[in-house]
Amino acid sequence: MSLLNEILQAVLYGIATGCIYGLVALGFVLIYKATEVVNFAQGEMMVLGAFIAYTLITFLGLPYWAALLLATFSLGIFGLLLERIVLRSLIGEPVFSVVMLTIGLGIFLRSLVSMIPGWGTETHGIKTPFADKAVRYGELLLSWEYLAIILLTVVLIIIISCFFRFTKIGVAMRATAQNQLAAVYMGISVTRVFSYTWTISAALGGFAGILLSPITFVHMNMGFIGLRALPAAVLGGFESIPGAIVGGIVIGVTESLAGVYLPVGLKDIAAYIILIFVLIIRPEGLFGIKEKKKV
Amino acid sequence: MRFLMKRNYYEDIRLFKYRSTFFWYAGLLALCCFLPILVDDYVISQLTFICIYSIAGVGLMILTGYTGQISLGHSAFFAIGAYTSAIITIQGGHFMLALPAAGILSGLVGIVIGLPALRLSGLYLAIATMGFAFIVEEILLRWETVTRGSLGITLEILSISSFTFNTESRFYYLALIILILTIILARNILRSPTGRALIAIRDSEVASQAIGVSLPRYKTLAFAISAFFTGIGGCLYAHKVTFINPESFTIIVSIELLAIVIIGGLGSLHGAVYGAIFVIFLPQLIIMTKDYMPTFFREQTGLEPALYGLMIMLFILFEPMGIYGRWLKIKFYFEMFPLYKKDTFRRERKFYKAERR
Repeated sequence: MSLLNEILQAVLYGIATGCIYGLVALGFVLIYKATEVVNFAQGEMMVLGAFIAYTLITFLGLPYWAALLLATFSLGIFGLLLERIVLRSLIGEPVFSVVMLTIGLGIFLRSLVSMIPGWGTETHGIKTPFADKAVRYGELLLSWEYLAIILLTVVLIIIISCFFRFTKIGVAMRATAQNQLAAVYMGISVTRVFSYTWTISAALGGFAGILLSPITFVHMNMGFIGLRALPAAVLGGFESIPGAIVGGIVIGVTESLAGVYLPVGLKDIAAYIILIFVLIIRPEGLFGIKEKKKV
Repeated sequence: MRFLMKRNYYEDIRLFKYRSTFFWYAGLLALCCFLPILVDDYVISQLTFICIYSIAGVGLMILTGYTGQISLGHSAFFAIGAYTSAIITIQGGHFMLALPAAGILSGLVGIVIGLPALRLSGLYLAIATMGFAFIVEEILLRWETVTRGSLGITLEILSISSFTFNTESRFYYLALIILILTIILARNILRSPTGRALIAIRDSEVASQAIGVSLPRYKTLAFAISAFFTGIGGCLYAHKVTFINPESFTIIVSIELLAIVIIGGLGSLHGAVYGAIFVIFLPQLIIMTKDYMPTFFREQTGLEPALYGLMIMLFILFEPMGIYGRWLKIKFYFEMFPLYKKDTFRRERKFYKAERR
């Protein structure tokens, strides 16, 4: 294979992984925009989503697409309950309280997953309609699993953009993200916006988890990938929806190329090295808006 | 309730607020010294870990509790301290050289991390320091000529000249002495102009700049001091467990340290010690209560982390001021009896956009 093809191949796989990062980062960004909180348990939403889909497919015998929708939906409900029960009382508390709370939540959920009979600490496979098939273009090869990730991400992004643009609650969410006080004055129920934000973000996490499960398999520690999506969110500016996706893809491609051409080990920390450089050189990210500090 | 009459400014920053406090601390010290006679070796070993984590906790407390900068990267400083000391002693270096070297090297790395951290605050700082922790962990794993990679370093039992720390109580005394020195040093830093500048930065960056506190200088300094203490803690940890590899210093350690300062109570050195006691004794407590649980839960390996995560959540939801805050509230209740008002400690909440960077 020629060098160019080799690079292109790595880039393709990087884009697919990057889409997952992007989806998880989108979950971070949505919550951050609305509530100024980062959900460090976003990775655990992936785990939950993947495990629910696994249960639906393996034990209940549901087809993949039904399981995908149902698991994403149930994760949405879970996010709603989580916001209502745990996080609502923390609105307005200092940053480290919320950071610590969501970290605690992550640890709790991860251990809970390991306790559920049938889930446990083992690695599970998930049956998908696109196993063992691949698309070939010249010398380039892309398996259907990766292609599905890219296509489904694109579909999801279109749905989400339409949601924010054309629905009433979507516009209310954008307004709240811009200025909470003004949103309240305009008659928007900010608490309800927070609930919906958590719902969507948890559902996104779950969706990403299900997409990822054919590649990494389903196990309790797949949530750590969520932490690698944080640099993606920072790179995108933490405030912008396209930024999160672009950031995710940049991180994914870099990791993939680093895995091929750089010494072992750099692949795992490439995301964080990019992160630190971004924070030093351009802390507002690629798509962020620089805000002036007011007294 | 006692009212103090202060006749000059120095009375405001005395080490002991009341004369009676001094005697209480002396009593506590005496108790700590006699503990090895009273309890068995296992408990002493746990107490040693409490001392070690308290030292690291004091370090993070200076940064998070007093300067208001969150850090998820203190596992890295802990690791740097541990590895520095391990490598020096294994080359035949003296412990009295290795201990300060561990602290100083961590402190220097702290300065390096403190510089980019100047432009960040809150969440971004948490994420950046987390990234730093991952990078250091990977370096420890890959720089095999120095750190021996995942094989780790096995240390001999610590000895200073001909005196070996071969019993639990000997090492306990060593850790206790260093903890006391650490607390005295930290207390003195905090009442000096430096410490008061740090507290000013925590309370308002803009206001502290206006009265002439140099933000770059003091924030870097806070990182350096904090990393120094955490490095000392790491050094003791390495000699206590006598085997270290990169897996002992994952992000979990950072989370534990952060749990120590938040559960203990932000903004007090007492809090660091209370938090360390809590974090070390919680697993013990879970093991002890295991016999009373249904069989299903007893057999779960995930039980301990689950309860750990749950405790962190419950503390933040219901006692955000931590154990020390609860103690203050109880004390205040009795001092003010029967005039205690329920809302005395209620915190003000901000619903508008916070300062972002």
